[in-house]
Amino acid sequence: MPWRVPPRQRGRVIEATELTKRYGRTTAVDRLSFTVRPGVVTGFLGPNGAGKTSTLRMVLGLNRPCGGTVTVDGQPFGDHPRGLRHVGALLDAHDVHGGRTARAHLTALAAGNGLSRRRVAEVLAEVGLADAAGRRIGGFSLGMKQRLGIAAALLGDPPVLLFDEPLNGLDPEGVRWVRNLFRHLADDGRTVLVSSHLMGEMEQTAEELIVIGRGRLIAAESLRQFAARSTRQRVRVRTPDPDILPTLLADAGARVRRELDGAYTVSGLPADRIGELAFEHGVRLHELSPHAASLEESFMQLTAESVEYAAGGAR
Amino acid sequence: MTPVSDEAPVRRPVRVPARFRHLLAAEWIKLRSVRSTYWVLGVGALTVIGINVNSAVSNADRLARQTLLPPERPGFPDRPEFLFDPLTTAFVDPAWQLFMIIAGTVGAMAVFGEYSSGLIRTTFAAVPDRQAVIAAKVTVMAAVMSALGMVVSGTSFGVTQMLLRAEGVLSLGDPGALRAVAAAALLAPLSALAGMAAGAVVRHAAGSVVTVVAVLLLVPALFQGERYRWVKEIGNAMPLSAWERLVTNPERAHDLGRYPLTVAEAWIVYGAWATAAVAVAVLVVRRRDV
Repeated sequence: MPWRVPPRQRGRVIEATELTKRYGRTTAVDRLSFTVRPGVVTGFLGPNGAGKTSTLRMVLGLNRPCGGTVTVDGQPFGDHPRGLRHVGALLDAHDVHGGRTARAHLTALAAGNGLSRRRVAEVLAEVGLADAAGRRIGGFSLGMKQRLGIAAALLGDPPVLLFDEPLNGLDPEGVRWVRNLFRHLADDGRTVLVSSHLMGEMEQTAEELIVIGRGRLIAAESLRQFAARSTRQRVRVRTPDPDILPTLLADAGARVRRELDGAYTVSGLPADRIGELAFEHGVRLHELSPHAASLEESFMQLTAESVEYAAGGAR
Repeated sequence: MTPVSDEAPVRRPVRVPARFRHLLAAEWIKLRSVRSTYWVLGVGALTVIGINVNSAVSNADRLARQTLLPPERPGFPDRPEFLFDPLTTAFVDPAWQLFMIIAGTVGAMAVFGEYSSGLIRTTFAAVPDRQAVIAAKVTVMAAVMSALGMVVSGTSFGVTQMLLRAEGVLSLGDPGALRAVAAAALLAPLSALAGMAAGAVVRHAAGSVVTVVAVLLLVPALFQGERYRWVKEIGNAMPLSAWERLVTNPERAHDLGRYPLTVAEAWIVYGAWATAAVAVAVLVVRRRDV
């Protein structure tokens, strides 16, 4: 193995501190602090408009923060005269000139960073665009443009990679390929940050999560911890005595929602307590089944809360 | 979280010096890999040469027939402004104004093309040194446009003088001829740089082109009146006015007006516009979010 992790790099590769970005009166990123570590794929999650893209642009020095700092390997990325060997990025697959061929696009990028033309052929083959290299990008599908963007990110063989919504427009085979690629890049010891607004996409891609909403940090933890958080269960209950049970449960502090099929979804009370309560009050139960919320649901819940909090002010 | 051990093969960036020639290569590839560059420049150059050649052909034709006419009244042809001027034939005003539009548009395209497509983000993520990117872009554009300007200017001069050889034409060694050819050639990079500045400020296709055409052609046309000196002085400070002064044949007396532009001043106008255009492009590109 050619490289050891230098102590300074361990555990601190992309580091944002109190990062803030305002556009006019809108605050897109609000005192956001996080650390992205090497060796794992980190998912950067948030609903649309949460500030993911603004954050990534600030990481790359494309947008200037209104406050706070963000560094890559201890240094603002914008301080490097050339970038491709330090950070590879796919921000938006449409950030290309449609009139150029895929090869010309990559060759120009490579040339500016003093990379060889052979490297262009290598990355084109790696992303499966070798046959389309001579075609104009304007005629590419979104999936092909995503592959081209990934090729550009890989050009400089960088230790840090950023991908903004890379799975958009990819077919199932492409999605699987990208996931494997990210995992391999992380296994190489690289820092891989992948943004998405869909938890489902991250579930099988990321090990670590950074979740933001309204520009603020909501969670920064491993996927496993995040999943544990969402074991907040809901219990499905059916009863022939609909007059008694809902009141009973509500009095015990649970939230009860009546479903279309006549069953109730109860949250805030475990299944065994519901069973005991029903037994004590002589309520018949026809169904009592606990359901773990999916990651997607708990993500929605988390981000929805952050949106409410931001919109409603102090509660 | 997976702990990162000392055994993890973390890659460090390979140090490769950042060379300006790499950026020149990148911008050169970008310029020549877009088809519209060839179309606009090729058709534009041929049109300009064509207009000049056509003017020479029709002048030669008319002058040939003129000799059949009875001699003019004595004294009349001696007034130098009525003598045939072979230099103006190579530098027909509308043709070179068209050339300014073409060069300005290509310059603007090189910049707004990056902004309107979003490519600028890819470019600056690959090369965070924005100033160097713009410097390379400006250098490549100026070089290409100078070469094209020399071809168009030299061809226009050579072919028109060849067609008019019966009428006592000029060679490059004659007073004012080389200056005129050089000034016309440099009009292309000058207009292209103005276009790049417009593209960097406006960052939008139609807006950039309208801006550069307005600045290069409309403003000098508006500021020609001599009633107020300052109006004329603004007009004099425009590249088109400077070009008109520099391609004027010194062997023919011309009424240069009440507030004439000197040749030295005209060259200063050229230099000032080029410098200002580059400064504007670099400054706005360095400052703004992309």
